[in-house]
Amino acid sequence: MSLHIENVSRRGILKGAGIVGGLVLTAPLMSKGLLAEIKKASGMLEATNYLSISEDGTVNIYIHRVEMGQGSRTGLPQIIADELEADWSRINFVAAFGDQKFGDQNTDGSTSIRKFYDTFRHAGAAARMMLEQAAAKKWDVDASQVEAREHRIVNKATGDSADFSEFVTAAAELPVPAVDKVTFKSKDQHRFIGKPVRNIYMKDFVTGSSQFGQDVRREGMLYAVAMRPPVLGGKLKGYNKEAAMAVSGVVDVVELPAFEKPIMFKPLGGVAVLATNTYAAKKGLEALAAEFEAGDNGGYDTAAYEQTLWQSIEGEDVNFLKRGDVDGALSSAAKVVEADYFVPHLHHAPMEPPAATAEWRDGKLMMWVCCQDPQSVQQTVAPYVGLKPEDVHVEATLLGGAFGRKSKPDFAAEAAILAKHAGKPVKMVWTREDDMQHSYYHTISAQRVKAAIDADGKVTAYKHKSAFPSIFEIFNPATEHPVPLEMGLGLLDIPFETANMQIDAGRARGHVRIGWMRSVTNIQHAFAVGSFVDELAEATGKRTDAMWMELIGSDRTLDPAKDGADYFNYGESLERHPLETARLKGVLKKVVEMSGYGKKMPKGHGLGLSVHRSFVTYVATVVEVAVDGDGNLSVPRAWVAADCGLAVNPDRVKSQMEGAVVFGTSIALHGEITAKDGIIEQTNFDGYPVCRMNECPHVEVAILETTGVPGGVGEPGVPPVAPAITNAIFAATGNRIRRLPIGHQLSA
Amino acid sequence: MDFKINGRAVSYDGDGEMPLLWYLRDLEGMTGTKFGCGAGLCGACTVHVDGMAVRSCQTWMDDVDGTEVTTIEGLGNGETLHALQVAWAENDVPQCGYCQSGQIMQAASLLAENPNPTDEEIDVAMSGNICRCGTYQRIKKSIRDVASGKVKGGTI
Repeated sequence: MSLHIENVSRRGILKGAGIVGGLVLTAPLMSKGLLAEIKKASGMLEATNYLSISEDGTVNIYIHRVEMGQGSRTGLPQIIADELEADWSRINFVAAFGDQKFGDQNTDGSTSIRKFYDTFRHAGAAARMMLEQAAAKKWDVDASQVEAREHRIVNKATGDSADFSEFVTAAAELPVPAVDKVTFKSKDQHRFIGKPVRNIYMKDFVTGSSQFGQDVRREGMLYAVAMRPPVLGGKLKGYNKEAAMAVSGVVDVVELPAFEKPIMFKPLGGVAVLATNTYAAKKGLEALAAEFEAGDNGGYDTAAYEQTLWQSIEGEDVNFLKRGDVDGALSSAAKVVEADYFVPHLHHAPMEPPAATAEWRDGKLMMWVCCQDPQSVQQTVAPYVGLKPEDVHVEATLLGGAFGRKSKPDFAAEAAILAKHAGKPVKMVWTREDDMQHSYYHTISAQRVKAAIDADGKVTAYKHKSAFPSIFEIFNPATEHPVPLEMGLGLLDIPFETANMQIDAGRARGHVRIGWMRSVTNIQHAFAVGSFVDELAEATGKRTDAMWMELIGSDRTLDPAKDGADYFNYGESLERHPLETARLKGVLKKVVEMSGYGKKMPKGHGLGLSVHRSFVTYVATVVEVAVDGDGNLSVPRAWVAADCGLAVNPDRVKSQMEGAVVFGTSIALHGEITAKDGIIEQTNFDGYPVCRMNECPHVEVAILETTGVPGGVGEPGVPPVAPAITNAIFAATGNRIRRLPIGHQLSA
Repeated sequence: MDFKINGRAVSYDGDGEMPLLWYLRDLEGMTGTKFGCGAGLCGACTVHVDGMAVRSCQTWMDDVDGTEVTTIEGLGNGETLHALQVAWAENDVPQCGYCQSGQIMQAASLLAENPNPTDEEIDVAMSGNICRCGTYQRIKKSIRDVASGKVKGGTI
């Protein structure tokens, strides 16, 4: 990784940045993400600028990533504070606005810690060394004779010490140490890294004073709600403006610009009502009774579309990985095991529906948005209001959950358009119904898996085909089958040592907006692979953990490119984050040990197991289910073993794994978005249930730290959950669930 | 209509069908009470009316006349927080934090009525409150910690 730290305070550009005097460090850093290709095309500069120390010794940490529950706004400062030897109580946590100078702000793909650990560590360490050098100079001793300790510099010979503030001005005049000269603390010296530091927003959370996108208020602000075409690409036909304007509190009715392909993050069109409060706006919208024409996607029916996907599975193969001769091995097999899996559209349903506030100020636009990527808001909004992206100032508020939905800022563009029209600040409020019906849904998928088993019960070939509409169709309408990135999430990295392997995709087109949701296509791929290994264990009379061990085989690193695959590895090099079978086996062994997997269970109870690497983190999950005589399912307990490399904040890692089990249980038990006549049929949490307290297992988490390099945390806990649950159901009842959600399949 | 919010007398003469939720958030600017579903399905907007937990999105302004409304902002006493708020911090409950105002208000109402609930009673009382981040087991532990007297009100 190239890293160059520059002391910009020497260039005298601090004025206007709100910091007078002091030390400021900046470091360009190349970074890839899920949208790396789009960013390359837009010429976005990747750089970051995140630490300054004021003359009074206050450490200002600019946290350029957003907070949506994953804990990054606590974890990232832990890294700087530790290497700097800062006093946590003297840190000024600044939530950074959207600006290319901060580098990649797209808080997505479980990247915040894994992509910025080195950068933040270097920043803290470089600043500490500069303070130490300034002190050594002042005290006329060698730099080796002083050391930073809890916001002071200590003279090791005399024991004298002085506060950081004594040296800030002098340190700002010093050159930044060369990257290869920066020294880091050893693990045993860490005070924050690897420690369960409390969330920096805790008090705000428990007292209700935290500000989310929905909570923004500006002087003279209007509240907007909108009716959008119920069918993607539909057109506004008519509405009763007079009736809406007659509602007390309604100020205006404004048509939103009609939607045109490509989908991108564009608003959907429709018509908005502006009012002095949300209630009046909603009442006005009801009176407006807007009508729409359906358009091209009016025939979309998910039940019928499932058959289209199975036809695609039967049809032409688009090959992504090939090793040996799978068809030859299948034709000469003693036994062939085959299974089909189906996963419906899913929706993020964050507790906070999307919201954005826009206000014009001196010909520029100020925005407060619960967005995952403030730079993407700038890029998306600018063309709609005739500004350059840099003239759209975006503050990322706290996000009341996001799970991928809020990296698509269509709702922010709506707010900007309406604020420009109204000449007043406008908050665009999405209701829960808007959120359910106008999401970027997790794709809908069909998969067929086959394996050849020889006379000795050994698996000799593995063939897997996956058909689903691709996310990338929203950027490139010509996309007609999954892309390597999506196939790389759980298929191109299948860790089996099997001599013959083939991974194919089928063609499919989308009729709703398809987007990424927490762990993305790993959801359906891990469900199919995790279920199929359980089926192979059954077919060969083995325990599922033993089946996994046999399929994974020897300790080694994998390189899917050797089998012709274009493998993404979550934007990481295989040198920094290799695919290591030993780590996969490590979490598997650990979770078996924790859960007692394999032990005899009471009647109607079963344990299910699955393991999966995603976002360069390895997670194994065991779930216990109970199924009564009427087919009522409960999920009392779960165990998770996770190897995410270095865990910067172990308690937040643990909490992400606990939450991932709940998220995965919701997917398995209930998750299903359906469309009829192009319209999403679910409107609220009654139609799209998510797990409540009484349905959720108690989760026990073990964190294995086998390397010092951090991996992803927010997403990798999700993929193994659904197959672990359905495998547990098989263990409890002999009933094999191959389509999600489980729903009423057990009582049918 | 005349009523009290966190001990402060207020009066309102607008549309009686306005849900208390929007009155609190838009007219009073008290955004600690969250909008989650608008249909009484998620519990994010839970407040107390005369000490009882209600969904403010399903409580009309007509109904609050003469009552005492308590929101998350008024649950503690200045810097001295309610025991549940302290327990929430000690167990590091929140992830995104959005649903937690409603969760805490629901839990406070449960403990006021039933100071030592069983796990089943906690499940029943809390199952109307969704947490999409999945912090349920820490919520449950926090309620137990307060019920058992392990955690008391104070500062965090």
